[in-house]
Amino acid sequence: MSSQPGHGVLAAVEGLVAQLRATGMPASTSDSIDATSALRHVELTDRAAVKHALAATLVKDAQHLGTFDMLFELFFAGSTLPSTLGSLDDDALEELLHQAIAGQDELSLTRLVAELVNRHARFLPGQPVAGTFHVFRTFRAAHPDVLRARLAEPPEGEGPTADLRARLLADEAERKVERLRQAIEAEVRRRLVADRGAAAVARTLRQSLPEDVDFLTASSREVAELSSILAPLPAQLAASLARKRRHGRQGRIDFRATARKSMSTGGVPVEPAFHKPQPPKPELFVLADISGSVATFARFTLQLATAMRTQFRAVRCFVFVDGIDEVTHLLAEAKNVVELAERIDEARSGVHLDGRSDYGNAFTMFQRRWGGQVNSRGIVLVLGDARSNYRHPAADKLAAVASRASHLYWLNPEARAAWGDGDSVMHEYLPHCDGVYECRTVRQLKEFVAQLA
Amino acid sequence: MPADLHGSPRFAFAGPAAVTELLASTGYIADAAISARIHLAGHLGKPVLVEGPAGTGKTQLAKSLSAATGARLIRLQCYEGLDEAKALYEWDYRKQLLRIQASREGGWDSVQDDIFGEQYLLTRPLLEAIRADEDVVLLIDEVDRLDVETEALLLEVLSDFQVSIPELGTIGARRRPLVLLTSNASRELSEALKRRCLFLHIGYPSVEREREIVLAAVPGITEHLATEAARVVASLRGLDLKKRPSVSETLDWARALLLLGVDELGQDHVVEHLPVLLKHQNDIETAERELAEKSG
Repeated sequence: MSSQPGHGVLAAVEGLVAQLRATGMPASTSDSIDATSALRHVELTDRAAVKHALAATLVKDAQHLGTFDMLFELFFAGSTLPSTLGSLDDDALEELLHQAIAGQDELSLTRLVAELVNRHARFLPGQPVAGTFHVFRTFRAAHPDVLRARLAEPPEGEGPTADLRARLLADEAERKVERLRQAIEAEVRRRLVADRGAAAVARTLRQSLPEDVDFLTASSREVAELSSILAPLPAQLAASLARKRRHGRQGRIDFRATARKSMSTGGVPVEPAFHKPQPPKPELFVLADISGSVATFARFTLQLATAMRTQFRAVRCFVFVDGIDEVTHLLAEAKNVVELAERIDEARSGVHLDGRSDYGNAFTMFQRRWGGQVNSRGIVLVLGDARSNYRHPAADKLAAVASRASHLYWLNPEARAAWGDGDSVMHEYLPHCDGVYECRTVRQLKEFVAQLA
Repeated sequence: MPADLHGSPRFAFAGPAAVTELLASTGYIADAAISARIHLAGHLGKPVLVEGPAGTGKTQLAKSLSAATGARLIRLQCYEGLDEAKALYEWDYRKQLLRIQASREGGWDSVQDDIFGEQYLLTRPLLEAIRADEDVVLLIDEVDRLDVETEALLLEVLSDFQVSIPELGTIGARRRPLVLLTSNASRELSEALKRRCLFLHIGYPSVEREREIVLAAVPGITEHLATEAARVVASLRGLDLKKRPSVSETLDWARALLLLGVDELGQDHVVEHLPVLLKHQNDIETAERELAEKSG
């Protein structure tokens, strides 16, 4: 069992590690040495065992497991089983497929899926595609809706089922159909790898880690994933901010404590004691553009700001589109991002006129109504793409707010290259900000908050 | 890594399947990922960092391993403010003072040599695990609660299985312990710590595994009821909840069902017992609404 892994395996591990690094996973040299020595203790013919050995040594974060799984499938793709089912007609194939899924017969499922892909995917060799289209075609040809309905049917002889049972059956059918989709996806990738090689396919897939997903283009599934990463973030950041604030600064000398401490050294104050520094907490004003294009980003950042309110004297949130409204109370009540969005939409906050972004009007209103409350301990945070539909930017109003506040930061969810392009008036506001940050991903958001304190 | 220090034969498992079997004998149902990591940990002599939501059996894994292999379990519960004196070792200064006072005539040199001897050393969990003569499973629980600075205390123990005491020198492990660290990911652990460990994520179990767990942990429950309970819980986990029901809550619920003599789960049982599974009023309301909706 303790055999040396062969060259083929080592090359695959090397390719995998390189690709993991390319996606931003921290796989160090010592990790890949560990991975290789772990392989000495597993059966190399057992694909699952190899996968576990590599995952144990190369992945260091639960959020990266999904990405690892996918890349592993590419580099250890295996070969497609030769199909012996070519003579079956489509109906018979579908019947067999149903049986395989219902009985969770993995071996038959793999063979059946291979045949399905043969018939429906329509591969053209050499094309630099990610395979989404092939998966879609094949999956559609398997009639997932029919399958789901058949799987959710109650077993014969039980008559009409109770509500709960129906719900459980539906859940299970959903899981089984999802399994079929995954099997198809795996098979399509295997063909792509056979055609172009693992590294090339990995590059076209452009798999990114959850923390690198772009806010502006995130799909609803990715948004759900983002929420789950952001959940522990406020606590993590708050801990590091509190530490940072305490660190490096010593307070006034504490006479009583020093006298007490000197008792153990016979009344000689060898070690002075200090008061714990209590630096004043800043007040945070968040101004978020919630118009369609940047809404996801704004919601996440607002949620993050509210979750971190213990770190600030106060966190006040404002949303704007063409007008501006305070939503601090809504944020405190809403328990998640989705509910928050609903509440803001219900109250039609931020929309006063036609519902198209107008940064100039929003800043003018803010400066007039709340500008006086911003003082030298206030940090103003503007979230938005500065796309103002060619309306007057009113940069002087922003400048007036900036001059009162201790700092004014702007987070822009667009790539730096797009600033000032088209109707973006970012360059008008730039001179008045203490810092303008490109903030397209959770990673960049994290970095910004970490340096805020 | 000291070359002469080999893993104990007790932890040199024959293969992942052997680990699964061993754990099953104590009633712990491990999935392939868990057994594979434990098998590797036994052979590579590396600690395992176990991460996952609360109540999925992370701590239980260490307890079951200790029970299954017959090795002694040493546990270090981490908390904010844990320091060297409570994790590694401490000099028993009372005893040292007595020693100094008892031998006034001995001269300073002999006293000095003497008071830093091993008999004045109070061992704390980490040092105890290193110095143990028998095989040890060392559980470092909730390592994410440690301060970042204190985390560094663990590094020497975890990579070289040794503890350096300035007055005594370096104490190496006689037998390499099997180390498990658990974390709820309340903060990110340092790269240095992660690098020294094998990573294991224990998420919520599949319906099949949860059924096995219920069957193993709740004696007297019928297979049918266990399946139903596992499916209901899996379905609840699919909802958008603040805190999803954990395995330990499933077990509580299964025990409650058994106690009440329920043998066929109905809608009303689930709704009635939701507070056993869900611990936030908002979540209970969401689940009730959702269950009513689907059945309507």
